[in-house]
Amino acid sequence: MASEQQLSAIKGAKVLMVGAGGIGCELLKTLALSGFQDIHIIDMDTIEVSNLNRQFLFRKLHVGQSKAKVARDAILRFTPRISITPYHANVKDPDFNLDFFKQFNVVLNGLDNLDARRHVNRLCLAADIPLIESGTTGFLGQVTVHVKGKTECYECQPKPAPKSYPVCTITSTPSKFVHCIVWAKDLLFAKLFGDKNQENDLNVRSSDSASSSEHVEDVFEIKNGEDIEQYGRRIYDHVFGYNIEVALSNEETWRNRNKPRPIYSRDVLPAELIQENGSVDKNHENGNAVKNQENGNVDKFFVADDPSAVFAMASLGLKNPQDIWSLVENSRIFLEALKLFFTKREKELGQLTFDKDDQLAVEFVTAAANIRADSFGIPLHSLFEAKGIAGNIVHAVATTNAIIAGLIVIEAIKVLQNDTSNYRMTYCLEHPSRKMLLMPVEPFEPNKSCYACSETPLLLEVNTHRSMLRDFVEKIIKAKLGMNFPLIMHGSALLYEVGDDLEEDMAANYAANLDKVLSELPSPVTGGTILTVEDLQQELSCKINIIHREEFDEEKEPDRMNLSGWTQAPPKEKENTNISSDNGASTSTTSQTVTLETYGDDDIEILSTGTESVSAGKKRKVSDISDATTSDLSNIADKSSGKKKHEELDDDDDVVVMLGDGNSDISKKKRLQ
Amino acid sequence: MFMLEFNISLGRTYLDRKFKLGLYVLSLGWTLRPITKFTKFLKLLLEGFSFLRLYSISLTRSELVPPLKLGMDGEELTEQETALYDRQIRVWGADAQRRLSKSHILVSGLKGTVVEFCKNIVLAGVGSLTLNDDHPVTEEALSVNFLIAPDDNVAGRSLAELCCDSLKDFNPMVRVSVEKGDLSSFGGDFYDKFDVVVVSCCSLATKKLINEKCRKLSKRIAFYTVDCRDSCGEIFVDLQDYTYSKKKNDETIESQLQYPSFEEAIAIPWRSLPRRVSKLYFAMRVIERFEEAEGRNPGETSIADLPNVLKLRKELCEAQSFNESQIPDSLLERLVVGIREFPPVCAIIGGILGQEVIKAISGKGDPLKNFFFFDAMDGKGIIEDIANTNTGG
Repeated sequence: MASEQQLSAIKGAKVLMVGAGGIGCELLKTLALSGFQDIHIIDMDTIEVSNLNRQFLFRKLHVGQSKAKVARDAILRFTPRISITPYHANVKDPDFNLDFFKQFNVVLNGLDNLDARRHVNRLCLAADIPLIESGTTGFLGQVTVHVKGKTECYECQPKPAPKSYPVCTITSTPSKFVHCIVWAKDLLFAKLFGDKNQENDLNVRSSDSASSSEHVEDVFEIKNGEDIEQYGRRIYDHVFGYNIEVALSNEETWRNRNKPRPIYSRDVLPAELIQENGSVDKNHENGNAVKNQENGNVDKFFVADDPSAVFAMASLGLKNPQDIWSLVENSRIFLEALKLFFTKREKELGQLTFDKDDQLAVEFVTAAANIRADSFGIPLHSLFEAKGIAGNIVHAVATTNAIIAGLIVIEAIKVLQNDTSNYRMTYCLEHPSRKMLLMPVEPFEPNKSCYACSETPLLLEVNTHRSMLRDFVEKIIKAKLGMNFPLIMHGSALLYEVGDDLEEDMAANYAANLDKVLSELPSPVTGGTILTVEDLQQELSCKINIIHREEFDEEKEPDRMNLSGWTQAPPKEKENTNISSDNGASTSTTSQTVTLETYGDDDIEILSTGTESVSAGKKRKVSDISDATTSDLSNIADKSSGKKKHEELDDDDDVVVMLGDGNSDISKKKRLQ
Repeated sequence: MFMLEFNISLGRTYLDRKFKLGLYVLSLGWTLRPITKFTKFLKLLLEGFSFLRLYSISLTRSELVPPLKLGMDGEELTEQETALYDRQIRVWGADAQRRLSKSHILVSGLKGTVVEFCKNIVLAGVGSLTLNDDHPVTEEALSVNFLIAPDDNVAGRSLAELCCDSLKDFNPMVRVSVEKGDLSSFGGDFYDKFDVVVVSCCSLATKKLINEKCRKLSKRIAFYTVDCRDSCGEIFVDLQDYTYSKKKNDETIESQLQYPSFEEAIAIPWRSLPRRVSKLYFAMRVIERFEEAEGRNPGETSIADLPNVLKLRKELCEAQSFNESQIPDSLLERLVVGIREFPPVCAIIGGILGQEVIKAISGKGDPLKNFFFFDAMDGKGIIEDIANTNTGG
């Protein structure tokens, strides 16, 4: 139980929680029970059914409501005398500025993405407020303490590099199921149902690219007089048949690879099945009608307009999402889902983006990925597994979140008492290491070369005659440094700035700068230039020394830029007293699990390796993929044992963690406005 | 031309910190320009819409899904279960989820740690949970129990009855019920209904008795005790002869473990235990013996008892030829005084216990053998294997 001293520290504290999800619900409960009186909580999310298995403050009737607000109401029911202030908002909103952060004694993170974590880290550094950071995946979890000047900040250790797949792996030579998912989701789904104006590498580049690209343009349009059934089959034959034939024509590609097999709908679904497919559709209509009757009092508008009201699986009589469908079943789902999109959800066409909670979209992507996998001799997967990969679903259980929340509160109480020598970062392991399931480690000292919490300049190697300011802004400032509202200065000259408040002519000036190569900017950036990059919202400023370099390795450095100077701090010499007292071993075991994180909705990129794509500044945003759809304990456990994190990241079969999603939120914001 | 001049002047003054602040405030002000109203309106619109959309899903879905069978007879999980348990099925698999939904759990002694455990196990989706605790609700219990609201009608109702209502609410797919009466008075046929028995806040004699009753049954029951004092917690596990599967290098292999009973474990001479066994293990045994000797209810101690506790420690250590310094005064003092639970420790111990019970039911993953200790003072969560080497452990 808490001592008097602890109690008074707790009672007088004003605490900010960021995130009211898995960890957040547990944390809010434990804070309230521990006697905290003034808690503020930010969360932009609304409640979903799949949250209910662990976010115990929420009930089915709350689905769709603000997490922060519902969590507050739930907690106040059993501890009515405390104050909880909810914000249903993005922590990156400008309202949550330095002054906002300064009112708190400690900030507690229960976030699911790297981007927001970095943002909060920077504001905590700027406001000089201690931050307690946490994350869980399955049975693994960690809690870390970040106090400016005393312990390392969240960004002192470089985060794992973004996982990206070369375009050609996705478009021509998939070797893993995840490649098929990326293809189905980011190329095919986007091409058929998404924004037509977005560039799309769906079609295989054949030798005569000019003529084929002309050919492609019309393939995805419905022809005059063509019914949806015919259209679906034509698309099917084009992407699974014709495109594979085109790819096969390039002998060179297949010298050391297994050749794919073109698949045509007439072979998989002969004529009699077409009719069956037709009758199935009638069943579906009947089903809908029955449903409408049963839901007598539900407004018809919503039933008809509800995207989830139409499922390809249901209309084909497939029930278990854990089953792996045959090629025939996948083909029928493909055609059925495509038809349902065109007939029931035509209003959304042209603006759809993949959403893991959109059942029809998941069905379509699963089927398309499976047909492609079959073509390439890759094992097929169930809808459940495919959904996990496509939606980058984080494994989550209530118990780990509860444990982690308890550990956060223990650290928070120490921080409030300024009990510096007792700060610990704690790892929650699945398999004991030196008898420990919960392993405390002394926090590391700040990394002197960290750009977020020190003033050490970064180095950027770049071809200043070829790379444009846009490349620098997108690939370095946003993707690597995670800034939202960057401002770039060369000496006293402003080269670029983001903000809603720009004058029109200034904005035009900056827009023009974006398309200039660095050496031709109004204030030329060449080798030896020192740029100052700032984010006013994050109160982060850093200097970047520019080094001119002519050549880059297309495969290893697809950005044609190399940012360095921000390296891992040398391993701390000082042995951890806590651990070494046990058996004299060093802290090496713990460092193996150091970068365990959960990333919810981070994105990855498919990088174009072709020269023309780079010079055109092309870039694909692709939602994050995790190859690990592992559904058993021990597989996950392997990640905590033995192997070092760096090795794991080289291994495609491990959970992949993404960086560089700086743009995803911004683009969302843009869409909102 | 104007642009350039402006940029330069802005650049210069920009170096001035005051101006920078001004600029910052200015840019903020402008960010919150008239669009604020419009975006707010949009947000509201979207919020309202998405709410209605999702609401209608839940309605239409429940119409489509046949009445819930708790996965009792069907081998497959229902669509509803798959949707609700999606994230955890990705951790332990559909097979484990099916086993969970068929399991029956008994808990006794509803203090903070067990309440945490109950929440975890109900969320995980066990078949049924039976609560046993006839104590009336005290002010203290209220303050550390997130299952009972102060405005609940507590009069004349037991702790178990009040917790039952809230727990049912957490997951309608789990049957939560109350069993009144004294744990030690129940016979074997009562315990036979369960797969897992968790006891807390009960005497040494009761722990031993219930453990033995479970062991006498032909069916294997997973038995746990759990207790928290001050910022320390202890879990004891008895899975008897336990076979489970674990993955090793992509291969599923079978493993076997043999557990001693609680009585057998604590009877093992202290001197024969490996060095560096957690001090908490010995301290908890001293307190346990003290309460038994004095006829106290669990947790009924105060600082006034410390001299007698220290005296008992001396006796026990002498009898065991064990060095007294292995059980520090300060630790015993904390355990004697700190009878109120510390909520973060309850969350941690309740979480570990939940995880262990899930492992035991699903037969997947290395279970804890056979004691677990956590002390918030050093932050370590340690497993101790307290078993005679010749019992196979």
